[in-house]
Amino acid sequence: MGLLSKKDAALIKDPLADNNPITIQVLGICSALAITAQLEAAIVMSFSVLFVLGIGNVVISLMRNIIPSKIRIIVQLIVVAALVIIVDQVLKAFAYELSKTLSVFVGLIITNCIIMGRFEAFALGNGPWRSFLDGIGNAAGYGVILIIVAFFRELLGAGTLLGFPVLGDPIEKTGLYAFGYENNGFMLLAPMALIVVGIIIWIQRTKNKALVEDH
Amino acid sequence: MGLKDKLHDFKVKNKNKKWLPAFSAIHTFLFLPDETTHGGTHIKAADDLKRTMNTVILAMIPCLIFGMFNAGYQHHLALGDIQAASSGFFSSEFWTLDNLTVGLWKILPLVIISYGVGLGIEFLFAILKGHEVEEGYLVTGMLVPLIVPVDIPLWMLAVAVAFGVVIGKEVFGGTGMNILNPALTIRAFLFFAYPTWMSGDKVWVHGAVARDKAIAAGQNLDAISGETILGTLAQGKDVAYSAADMFLGFIPGSVGETSALLILLGGLFLIFTKIGSWRIMLSSVIGAVVMGVIFNQIATAGIVTESSKFYGLMSAPFWEHLIIGGFAFGTVFMATDPVTASQTTRGKWIYGFLVGFISILIRVFNPAYPEGVMLAILLMNVFAPTIDHYVVQGNVKRRLKRVKVKTA
Repeated sequence: MGLLSKKDAALIKDPLADNNPITIQVLGICSALAITAQLEAAIVMSFSVLFVLGIGNVVISLMRNIIPSKIRIIVQLIVVAALVIIVDQVLKAFAYELSKTLSVFVGLIITNCIIMGRFEAFALGNGPWRSFLDGIGNAAGYGVILIIVAFFRELLGAGTLLGFPVLGDPIEKTGLYAFGYENNGFMLLAPMALIVVGIIIWIQRTKNKALVEDH
Repeated sequence: MGLKDKLHDFKVKNKNKKWLPAFSAIHTFLFLPDETTHGGTHIKAADDLKRTMNTVILAMIPCLIFGMFNAGYQHHLALGDIQAASSGFFSSEFWTLDNLTVGLWKILPLVIISYGVGLGIEFLFAILKGHEVEEGYLVTGMLVPLIVPVDIPLWMLAVAVAFGVVIGKEVFGGTGMNILNPALTIRAFLFFAYPTWMSGDKVWVHGAVARDKAIAAGQNLDAISGETILGTLAQGKDVAYSAADMFLGFIPGSVGETSALLILLGGLFLIFTKIGSWRIMLSSVIGAVVMGVIFNQIATAGIVTESSKFYGLMSAPFWEHLIIGGFAFGTVFMATDPVTASQTTRGKWIYGFLVGFISILIRVFNPAYPEGVMLAILLMNVFAPTIDHYVVQGNVKRRLKRVKVKTA
């Protein structure tokens, strides 16, 4: 590989599948449940986390040698908070409607376990370039699951994708609805997000037996 | 060589084939149990899992047949074709061929879909996992058509059955390993996914939805309203049915849940054959009565006035709660599920009591979920292992104390 060495490439590739933050490390579940009822919100959330985690990892990595270990959590929180505020303000300025849908969940990126987890586990012990790749990789792994879950929830729950009706009009009874199809209201409730994540975990571990934990 | 030997040889010959579990399932179902007791200290008895399951199904058959007649009866009654049944359980207006035909037409497809989809998934998983097909679905498959509204679209039922069997049972490891009652998981799925088909005043009588559509299309017809008694009470309206109707089952509701009389007979049959736990049934009734009496007292004491939205259900006499809605059916056939209920004797009393208690609580305080018993049983299913844990620990502690006293 020209651009990335094999080790660096693994930093991006691993979190996408075999070391996925949601399905393997089971981090960041709360936001995965809360904002996956709509595909659009999930995509915006994914990119917000991508931004925060990518930049945040670099910042923490640059400061790693000067942060006193006793107060490192506070320092990490300040870095995340600053980045999250930037994201929040940008969303409010350029996508106001969407920022209302996401409401507190953008702010709650601060408490997203993936971010603190990567700071602690990676950025504090690695250089900025590798930390950046790790941040991008983990955020992408998080985003992939979010988007898959949101795809099924919005499609089956509301019959739309990104707000566009793809299955027909439920009131005018066109498309699939003409045959008596109805939206599954359960898909829009949070428990169903958990079950969809569970099914993804199930499929992933059936395909790759090495991921199955021993108990 | 007899048929039995031939089948056995066939089984031995194809020992390593992938589809063998599917064959063995039918083979053992028709000819012999999967495993018979052998050797040492066993109580010898004829009731294996299949016999247990079949006994429960047998207990439900009267409810199913009554449900078929009732589906037709409610349909014709709402259309104004027939008079209300007036001469007791054997009213000639009720037991007519006309009623049965409508019922068969509507309910047989429900039964077929329920068994077809559910057993299909069971066979699939048995073949994938390479084990014998388990019998657990036999009862679930019969319960499901009995606890849904008669007009439920078949594809919804199929989706819900697939969900309930896979997520409610197979992911935990199949029959005997599930935390939640699969039939109730299926109903809960339907309830939350398609609420317009699971509650309200249009789904309980066959034809009411179709009639609404015809009116919307501009035809000059009277709308059919087939509200359940719980729905009527929740709105604080007067109930148009007599207590006898409620007990005998001439009321709208899910297919098999209306006749408290037949459910009672089924329950007695289960108790007599020692399949169902009388402790759970009795304590559940006690729990419901206690909660009902408390609410009655609150209503008569004037703490909750008639203007309150809870008044209708609170002031309904406590015994009425036992014979309306799905309480009787849930208590007899679903709370007693040996897999998901508490296992210890004292645990069964606590479990049953809370099922009844919470059922009425949900009924009264959350009119959006008129069928409290479904949610109450699912909730207690989750808590059953905890109850058992504390009962067992309590027992261990008491006995340890006895040991200490002796040694001291």
